[in-house]
Amino acid sequence: MYGRKVKLRLAFILLVLTALILTIFLILKSLEENVVYFQSPSEISELTELDGKKIRVGGMVKKDSISLTSDQLKFIISDFKNEIIVTYSGVVPNLFEEEKGVVAEGYLKDRNVLSATKILAKHDENYMPPEVKEALEEK
Amino acid sequence: MLSSSIGYYGLILGLICSLLLTFFNLQNFRAQKILNTRILSLTFLQFLFVKISFVSLIISFVLSDFSNETVFNNSHSTKPIFYKIAGVWGNHEGSLLLWLLVLTLFTLIFLLKTKNQPLQYRILTITFQQIIIIGFFVFVIKTSNPFNYIFPIPDEGLGLNPILQDPLLAIHPPVLYLGYVGSSIIFSSALAATTLGLISKSWAIHIKKWVLASWIFLTIGILLGSIWAYYELGWGGFWFWDPVENVSLMPWLVLTTLLHCILVLQKRLILTSWVIILSISTFTLSMCGTFLVRSGILNSIHTFANDPERGLFILIFLFILIFFSIIIFFFFNKRNENNNVNFFWLSKETAILINNWFMMYFLSVVLIGTVYPIFLDVLTTNKISVGPPFYHKLIIPFLIPFLIMMGIGSRLKWIKSNLEDKAQLILALIISILIAILIVKNLDVKFLINITLISSAFYLFLITSRDFFIKKEKNNSQKIAHFGFSLLILSILVNNLFSTEIITNLKVGQQFENSNSKILFKNIIQKDEKNYKSIIGNFIIENNNGKIEEFFPELRIYNQPKIVTSEADIKTTFTTDRFMTINVVQNQEYFNIRYQSKPFMIWIWLSVILISCGGILSFLNKEYEK
Repeated sequence: MYGRKVKLRLAFILLVLTALILTIFLILKSLEENVVYFQSPSEISELTELDGKKIRVGGMVKKDSISLTSDQLKFIISDFKNEIIVTYSGVVPNLFEEEKGVVAEGYLKDRNVLSATKILAKHDENYMPPEVKEALEEK
Repeated sequence: MLSSSIGYYGLILGLICSLLLTFFNLQNFRAQKILNTRILSLTFLQFLFVKISFVSLIISFVLSDFSNETVFNNSHSTKPIFYKIAGVWGNHEGSLLLWLLVLTLFTLIFLLKTKNQPLQYRILTITFQQIIIIGFFVFVIKTSNPFNYIFPIPDEGLGLNPILQDPLLAIHPPVLYLGYVGSSIIFSSALAATTLGLISKSWAIHIKKWVLASWIFLTIGILLGSIWAYYELGWGGFWFWDPVENVSLMPWLVLTTLLHCILVLQKRLILTSWVIILSISTFTLSMCGTFLVRSGILNSIHTFANDPERGLFILIFLFILIFFSIIIFFFFNKRNENNNVNFFWLSKETAILINNWFMMYFLSVVLIGTVYPIFLDVLTTNKISVGPPFYHKLIIPFLIPFLIMMGIGSRLKWIKSNLEDKAQLILALIISILIAILIVKNLDVKFLINITLISSAFYLFLITSRDFFIKKEKNNSQKIAHFGFSLLILSILVNNLFSTEIITNLKVGQQFENSNSKILFKNIIQKDEKNYKSIIGNFIIENNNGKIEEFFPELRIYNQPKIVTSEADIKTTFTTDRFMTINVVQNQEYFNIRYQSKPFMIWIWLSVILISCGGILSFLNKEYEK
């Protein structure tokens, strides 16, 4: 019924469409698996169940809570309502200080302990990660 | 005081020039005679005014004139003069003035260099260019004036963030801007050529120079930023998928695609719509980059003051530009008569087209990864971050066919081709698979993905190296750039596979030992420098082959503004970089120590330089100008 050219074009359009849908699906799926959600200590304390996903926790480093041994750094992140203990062995960023803002990325062991894989501190005196700023403003 | 006023009036006069120019352009466009000399002189005058304005800002910075708000916020009287000058574009207001300066300079160069082009096309391009310039003038004057006064005059400035006080970072923004702003010419020119129906081989040859120039600047700009991040941020990597890096990568991806499309257009007069769309997106993405970085939306080290008004302005301006160009595209882009030229599946243009699709895919991955968190934050206030795994997972598998296609593509001829040296190509494939198996065999990594990845990279490497010995094809720039690219991918792969890292906490006098190396923390040296206090650790590292080396990683505690930076101690050789940083944690005896061995690090930089050399060679090539 239709000419060869039309069929060919139709096949091409179909191919592009399938490729497009596949790509979008792939990207969205991968996005879902790989994004890291940001939570404050208060939000964590309200969690009903813990899943094994990576999260970010932000807040202030509590005063006198830092302790550093030969293989581990331990400190407490506080949003002035709730606290969470963070254990970490890895590179500590510059400007990681008590009573300053910090973001720890890692996995929750239970509601009170986060095993961190990465720690981000602010980059200069005036700068604070927007997440931390907001979490602190909510207090 | 004086220089601030001069600078401010320079901006106003520049804006007036723009308005006059637009008027004369329209007049001249209708009259269709020879180019009105007033247009040329006004363009020159406009550049002069912006330059005066820029120079007066530099003078304010050099003289530490703290009555100027920008100087007060970003400079300090004790800063070395080099960084006083670099500080001019190390901040939002000054960097926008630099944008404007480059923008007017390029417009002038365009006018001077296109004497052989049709008059209407020249005028229309300049008009589009002026629309962009007016937008930027209004933006600078209204929302980010670099010449604001403060009263009473402060005695001392706030200083420039010390991590930005670095020779590489001093030249990184200007080079990057040359690339960004160069794309504005491509944008205006593509729109003008579409409107006048001038998209042709000669247009392709003429605009190719501009594409090449911005591509070279963008490549070098990205390279400089990457090297800086490597030694200054102390993370020991060269690419972090940080939104700010992504934002410069996106125009680069489009520009690279455009560069190849222009070649196809020049040879075959096909893919015109592609070329127009890519030209539009390059500049739009550059603008997007400026918007995302400057509006303070991105959570990143480059974030300056968070000012919603600025973000809103660029966003509106951006949408107007996109809207405007889409209208022009749909109304004026006539389908070419010889649009039905047959596409033979085995030809150079097919290979380029296929890889263009891959590039667009890479672009959409980077775009979604960068923009999605912002959208989610605005729509649902959920805060998320997208890390490297996302990009790696989506980009790496598709790199394999991309590399193979790149290898085969260079062997194909235009229009219609058959693979003449099939035996050679297959042999190369077998050799590269064998090499890959040899490399991966003893490593504890995912077997299949690494084998295919390394063999496809080696495949491209073998073919591009072999290409140098084929005398028939004289396209040296392409050979060098593609060879550089294969080298880049290989170095990154080897670097990733063989990097080792030790992270530990040590007290002075303690020793760390594992199967590969011994690290002895000998002592700490403290020094007082002019504007910082320095803590230098002295380490002795013994490798398992008995080689002993001393490392002196440093911590700098700056006084104005109060900031701690790590100065990594990096020992570079042709085969390996060894990289060491220390960090101190408040009130603790232990020091946090990181020691990395990164093979072929220097080859990553060298191969990118090689890629840009390919571009430079093509830019200087007179052959195409005929």
